[in-house]
Amino acid sequence: MTRTEKKKDVVLVGFGWTGAIMGIELAQEGLEILALERGHDQATVPDFQYPNMIDELKYGIRYGMMEKPANTTVSIRRSLEETALPYRSLGTFLLGTGVGGAGTHWNGLNWRPMLSEYRLKSYTEEKFGADVIPEGMQIQDYPMTYEELEPHFDRFEKVAGISGQAGNVNGKIIEGGNPFEAPRSNDYPMPPMPSTWDGVKFRDAAKANGCHPFPSPGGIASKDYVNEYNMQMGPCNHCGFCERYGCYNYSKSSPQTAIIDALKRKKNFEYRVNAEVLRIEMAPDRKTATGVTYFDHKTGEEVFQPADLVILSAFALNNVHLMLLSGIGQPYDPNTGEGVVGRNYAYQMLGGYTMFFKDENFNPFIGTGANGYCIDDFGIDNIDFGKEGFIGGAYWRAGQTNGQPGHTMPLPADVPSWGAGWKKGIGEWYGHAMSIGAHGSLMSYRDNYLDLDPTYTDRHGRPMMRMTFNWKDNDIKMINFMQTKMKPIVESMNPTIAQAGFKKEGAMFDVRPYQTTHNTGGTVTGSDPKTSVLNRYLQSWDAHNVFVMGANTFPQNTQYNPTGMVGALAYWAAHHIRKDYLPNPRPLV
Amino acid sequence: MKKLVRVLGTLVVLGIVALLAFIFVPVQRTGPVTQLASDFKPATGQGEYVMRAGDCLACHTNEGGKPFAGGRAIQSPMGTIWTTNITPDKETGIGNWSLDDFRAALYDGVTPNGTHLYPAMPYENYRKLSEEDIVALYDYFMHQVEPVSNKVEETRLGFPFNMRFGLRAWNWLAASYEAGFKPTTGQDEQFNRGKYLVEGAGHCAACHSPRNLFMAQDGIDETSKAFLTGGEIDGYTAPDLRGPASGPQKWTTEQTAAYLATARNAHSAATGEMMLVVRDSTQYLTREDNLAIATYLKKIGTAPAGNASAALATPVVTETEKMLTDAKADMPLGPRLYLDNCAACHIVSGKGAGETFPELDGNSLVTAKSSKGLISVILHGAELPSTADRPMKLRMQGYDKRLSDEEVAALATFLREGWTNKAPAVSAADVKAVRDLAQH
Repeated sequence: MTRTEKKKDVVLVGFGWTGAIMGIELAQEGLEILALERGHDQATVPDFQYPNMIDELKYGIRYGMMEKPANTTVSIRRSLEETALPYRSLGTFLLGTGVGGAGTHWNGLNWRPMLSEYRLKSYTEEKFGADVIPEGMQIQDYPMTYEELEPHFDRFEKVAGISGQAGNVNGKIIEGGNPFEAPRSNDYPMPPMPSTWDGVKFRDAAKANGCHPFPSPGGIASKDYVNEYNMQMGPCNHCGFCERYGCYNYSKSSPQTAIIDALKRKKNFEYRVNAEVLRIEMAPDRKTATGVTYFDHKTGEEVFQPADLVILSAFALNNVHLMLLSGIGQPYDPNTGEGVVGRNYAYQMLGGYTMFFKDENFNPFIGTGANGYCIDDFGIDNIDFGKEGFIGGAYWRAGQTNGQPGHTMPLPADVPSWGAGWKKGIGEWYGHAMSIGAHGSLMSYRDNYLDLDPTYTDRHGRPMMRMTFNWKDNDIKMINFMQTKMKPIVESMNPTIAQAGFKKEGAMFDVRPYQTTHNTGGTVTGSDPKTSVLNRYLQSWDAHNVFVMGANTFPQNTQYNPTGMVGALAYWAAHHIRKDYLPNPRPLV
Repeated sequence: MKKLVRVLGTLVVLGIVALLAFIFVPVQRTGPVTQLASDFKPATGQGEYVMRAGDCLACHTNEGGKPFAGGRAIQSPMGTIWTTNITPDKETGIGNWSLDDFRAALYDGVTPNGTHLYPAMPYENYRKLSEEDIVALYDYFMHQVEPVSNKVEETRLGFPFNMRFGLRAWNWLAASYEAGFKPTTGQDEQFNRGKYLVEGAGHCAACHSPRNLFMAQDGIDETSKAFLTGGEIDGYTAPDLRGPASGPQKWTTEQTAAYLATARNAHSAATGEMMLVVRDSTQYLTREDNLAIATYLKKIGTAPAGNASAALATPVVTETEKMLTDAKADMPLGPRLYLDNCAACHIVSGKGAGETFPELDGNSLVTAKSSKGLISVILHGAELPSTADRPMKLRMQGYDKRLSDEEVAALATFLREGWTNKAPAVSAADVKAVRDLAQH
């Protein structure tokens, strides 16, 4: 059964951060806009309300806010030689669903990449020579400059309501902020959040060791706030239920707190939930899209939704999957290096120390997803790639996010993982642990990529997307470098026990433990159609009325959490769609 | 003796004649207070604006019904009053009404056939409307509202209130003043614009003034002491607007205007009936008009100027805040429940945060004479309407499933006595009564 709905000017596939941004920006042009959301509708009250939301078992352990792998997942393998198997049990990354998307269950850490990251290939070649780029690494430049993106970073920070301390305003270094950050035109819209004791301890130790600590920038309100759409946030109470949870307190930035109620007032905007887009439909000449076909889970039928403009605004992996399924752009082949869709998938390299202090009490029940202090002294701009033998960098952060006993109860390595010894260990160490994390970049490589699985299909009979990914020496070297730099700082803090958690040479990707949901690449933006899917306006090279948002546009992953960049790119694209594309729809490059 | 009988007989006859006249002689209808030029045309949008200011939509539209088609039940102390169809439908609405008929309903509370309207229709206040606004409103209902055929249920109050002619006497008490608006001399245009909106179309006194012995509004302008000093609607308290602790006196005029435009300001948020007033009426007024209302209310305050704001300027850490901050294990149930359920947003200071989390210290809902409103918000939560200036439907969740009657009573009592609040305690029976209300 297929029904056809009335044509819209714009269809948005996915109603999270980028769908909401595109919706409210394009609605101002008077266009008829429809957002299709695979999941359910959700609002702060009743869906995130207290105390139902702060149920660790339901949401923290059993992932109540996440998409069930039985509905949507990917298959994963670590090399071209392995056979990919479906990711059946959520582990290394958590895929959200429903209105607001991952923007509802994130931790709130919000960054702008460092200056070198926008032109990483050119920067590396100019500064250290082309031969420092190892065989098989496929890094490339963003096709737009930081200067061009800056107003859009500024805009997103103000819309999302980010708390933080500027370190560089128009080139002027501000005491207490990050002196290494890319120059910003304005300070953050809200002052930084206060830090818990672990963050303060790290700040003092970092400073004593010659580093430049600054408060973590995050989408957690430090005061009451009203943004440009007149949407509101209230100050955070540090309950420690950010990541994996929706915020019951109107304190975490999300499409719900920043955009959605304002967007709902627009009479030319509509959204439908339980509407899972299956593919983008193409005109016979395959030069433009004619709309999308979605599965209506309420009626159990396929629906054709005609539209003049199709904007993919789903999660990174889903955007790539749809491009592959719809045959827009040539799929990437790692053997020949030809094709682009699925190319340059990347992830994130993390490491860190966990420290136990017999005589310190950190009150872990106090926390936020963006708590504490950071340093960028070992950020990518500050690394000599030639000397250190790797390309990349990391920012460090200490600041407890939560003290939930089910999944956040660090213990010394010699404590048994069950029984009386475990109980004794808990009694001895709960509340006495803190950690410093290094959040590192991850480059793109010839054989880390996404394509359609030859064997497995999803519930709609579509080929599942296959992820081929493994750790590479370059990034492991980077994180080991961080360990050598972190060790003396850790020792200076004089913990009772210190435990290092860094990947070793030869480490294989393990999908079981949670690492991060920062999946990037697959439909990257670039200036050459041979190595990118999207031009500098995030417009498909192959179908000019298809635009693609998300971290899937990153040519390689940055050293930061991706949301700030994703938001800035969405505002950048929205600006050019409004200004350049709508008056004369065509390929913009 | 004979003479006495004759006199008595004459008196009886006269009495009967007077009674018959009282019942049957048509009421003298008030004419236009201003003679408008014969070619007078209301400005585009003026009629709709007067409708918004008068909030006609709220009462004359049933839940889920067509706009202005009536049929909404208004619970009065005398019984249920069903609102009428005021669409221009000729059979069931007011399609056959002339301008004079329309004016008589607004000024005198009578329909074209002479039937008296119950004063749930606030003609006591609408009597102040200008002729320009009446013509504009008439034009709006006749030409811009869709006619809807909808025969509404007839209002049938019990004896003696079903004797509608009795309202004639009531009107002598309540609505016999000279129709039309009389600006206060010596006050500026802004004050008088505010006065016009508050006393006339806005009919604020219908809820915010106490009722006198005869159930009439105790005062219809600022010269009456009781005017806007608080009333009651369906068991809920409509707060005082003139005393030193009242919102319009404590807040800046900007803040009062924001409250009217968005149902929220830096101190408080509108709930219950007032939330509906903002949703359907005041959010549509211009910024200037809401500021005029705020200015008028401020100027008619009974507080010695300056006192209230001086008290607000001194930050005091109250005993309540200290107790909540110490959070001793043996603290009483009320404050403990506050910490566990409320403090995350409303803060231990009871000051809330900006326009997002309302202040509870000094909040008129918290300290209202009737605790029904406070209990209702604790049990069922509250949602702010989406408005142009503040689109967010900020919603406080309800606690009806989490807290027992005893717990809500302890919490509400704590709120009413906490910080600088001083209001009588709430009992579990009070809570049960409000909880039962929702289950009907």
